[in-house]
Amino acid sequence: MLLSGADILIKTLIEQGCDTVFGYPGGQILDVYDSLYKHQNDIRHILTAHEQGAAHAADGYARATGRVGVVISTSGPGATNLVTGIATAYLDSVPLVAICGNVPTYQIGTDSFQEIDITGITLPITKHNYFVGSVDRLADIVREAFTLAMSGRPGPVLIDIPKDIQAAMCEYLPQTCSVPIEPFPAKDIRITEAAEYINNAKRPYIYYGGGVVSANAQKQMLQLADKINAPIGCSMMGLSGIPTDHPRFIGMQGMHGHYASSVVMSHADVIIAMGVRFNDRVTGDRTNFAPGTKIIHIDIDGSELSKSVIATCGLRGDVKKTLEKMLPLINERNNPLWWDTINYFKKQEKDNLDTRPGMTPRNVITRLNNYLGENTAVATDVGQHQMWSAQNLVFKKERRFISSGGLGTMGFGLGAAIGAAFGTKERSVLVTGDGSFGMSLQELATAVTYKVPVVILIMNNGVLGMVRQWQKLFFDNHFSHTILDRKTDFVAVAKSFGADGIRVIDIEELDVALQQAFNYDGPFVIDCQIDKDELVLPMLPPGGTMDDIIVKVDE
Amino acid sequence: MNKYTLAVLVRNQFGVLNRVTSMFRRRQFNISALTVSETESSDFSRITVVFEGEEIYKQQLVNQLYKLPDVDSIKEFNVENSISCELLLIKMRNDPETREDIRAAANAFGAVTVDYSKDSLMFRLTDDSIKIDDFINLMRDYKILEICRTGSVSLEKGSTTIRQTINF
Repeated sequence: MLLSGADILIKTLIEQGCDTVFGYPGGQILDVYDSLYKHQNDIRHILTAHEQGAAHAADGYARATGRVGVVISTSGPGATNLVTGIATAYLDSVPLVAICGNVPTYQIGTDSFQEIDITGITLPITKHNYFVGSVDRLADIVREAFTLAMSGRPGPVLIDIPKDIQAAMCEYLPQTCSVPIEPFPAKDIRITEAAEYINNAKRPYIYYGGGVVSANAQKQMLQLADKINAPIGCSMMGLSGIPTDHPRFIGMQGMHGHYASSVVMSHADVIIAMGVRFNDRVTGDRTNFAPGTKIIHIDIDGSELSKSVIATCGLRGDVKKTLEKMLPLINERNNPLWWDTINYFKKQEKDNLDTRPGMTPRNVITRLNNYLGENTAVATDVGQHQMWSAQNLVFKKERRFISSGGLGTMGFGLGAAIGAAFGTKERSVLVTGDGSFGMSLQELATAVTYKVPVVILIMNNGVLGMVRQWQKLFFDNHFSHTILDRKTDFVAVAKSFGADGIRVIDIEELDVALQQAFNYDGPFVIDCQIDKDELVLPMLPPGGTMDDIIVKVDE
Repeated sequence: MNKYTLAVLVRNQFGVLNRVTSMFRRRQFNISALTVSETESSDFSRITVVFEGEEIYKQQLVNQLYKLPDVDSIKEFNVENSISCELLLIKMRNDPETREDIRAAANAFGAVTVDYSKDSLMFRLTDDSIKIDDFINLMRDYKILEICRTGSVSLEKGSTTIRQTINF
């Protein structure tokens, strides 16, 4: 049938199984919004307050569901407002398709009103991007974009559609939903080599990240762990990948990782890393990372192998398919001495736990845990609250911790929590700080409009806590521009947006507030007062080694 | 530091060179020469990259190239398995005192005189990059007015082609 480019775009999105898009209209995307109007029974558009919020919402939706998130914006500033959202998705390998309008093709290159070279701008933060120069190619480009976004290592793809292409007519032939390119296992020779290292290991350690969740390889990873009796640690992106209370799980790695997990990793003789990229926040000084330890590294993205840390054996392939082939080659073993060591460090961690009463960060998150259902997604912003959440939240199901790991985007959380709620069709939670929330609170309007049940827990300490912590530890207490001391009343803010909220100053009040929030039909803000001198510990100083880990700071 | 020559077959699409060079810039790969040309098929362009650095970074370069959807195949060349050459145009001051020395040197290298004026001489030389370096170094004893060289292009010896290279 003969359709306009805009109709072809929307028809193709529907054909791709997309039923929810997030976005914001504008002059150069009008045709597409007209088509959304016509197709509103088949595809739901969520209007946000800002394009960045829309991008984060599409990202949160994708993280929570594993499906491709879709965001739509107009040209120029609409498109540039997507950039932080696209970069956030790129660094965390989230499948996202961003669609933006542009000025008509005959005006491209003339610096027209609201014209921007968005394909040029997003070149280094997308897996690929398209400038649609002809309407004949549009449907196939959208299909290709979906395939690319979800294949291999997932990531964002951008499609830039000039206005005249949206209006141009073309024959549309419906097709079935695109599927990801078939994943492949690593080469047999590498699998055999890796199995040999693993079979000779006395102190094996499994270290996984977001790639294991993307590949849906948790079952195979746990089978491997059972066979060789290995402990399991993860990167922040791996959190919620396996249940937090799984007996093999010893926690998150990294700068603010769990003590036992970090120390045990440094004592391992073989690290079996899968779907992780050995980010500097994990390795510290990468040249002195785990010296003498053999590193088996499985990743679908070959460029991650030996990029940061030299792999003893690098396996390029899908984690699930690779493990399936590797498992029969692995001998069962017990390693009781190794578990003595592990249990020793676990006990040390337990002995060092923060057990102070009152409104401590740990107590706040622990109380929150009591209200989380199996399916509740918890989003965070970036900073101290994010690390306290990562350290103390208890998850039962994968894809339920939604946090900006790679880019560390303050202002990510509220959009992401809204997107996650649409994805899970359930109440979601945002743990945020007063600094981060200040960057995205306009999305309260979105949550109110669509009656999105999201519990917003602000850990309000009146300072930019994480930067302040660095100033305290490494800059001689020079608190340069990290003391906010703002007069913002977040409860009044919530009410003015049409939401509700409550301010709490002690831990017993928090319970009452949480009960109220989890029963409220719509967004609910809890402004939770935290002491500004609370630190995130343990801390591995940047560029440090395991010997430098800070467990306690004397006042 | 080693020198590596890579042939990269890319989809012949608008902006593809930008995608490739943007990646080199972002990841700070040390590229000493880069050429782009049409190929036997209008669907593909061919990029020849000369990279200087450690083996591990060369591997990283190849892996990063493969992540670009427009990259079809990559082949690494060495002296044994391939023919490489580049083209030089060099303009020298035409001075009666040095003219004969310059022409003798050009002759020895097989460079062809392509322009001759009262004040200038232009030579064209096609050879491998080392020979071209040698010739330029020799010419430095005289007055060089301008140099333009294309960068290396390479093809594999024998009947196999880059199109038959399997990804990964």
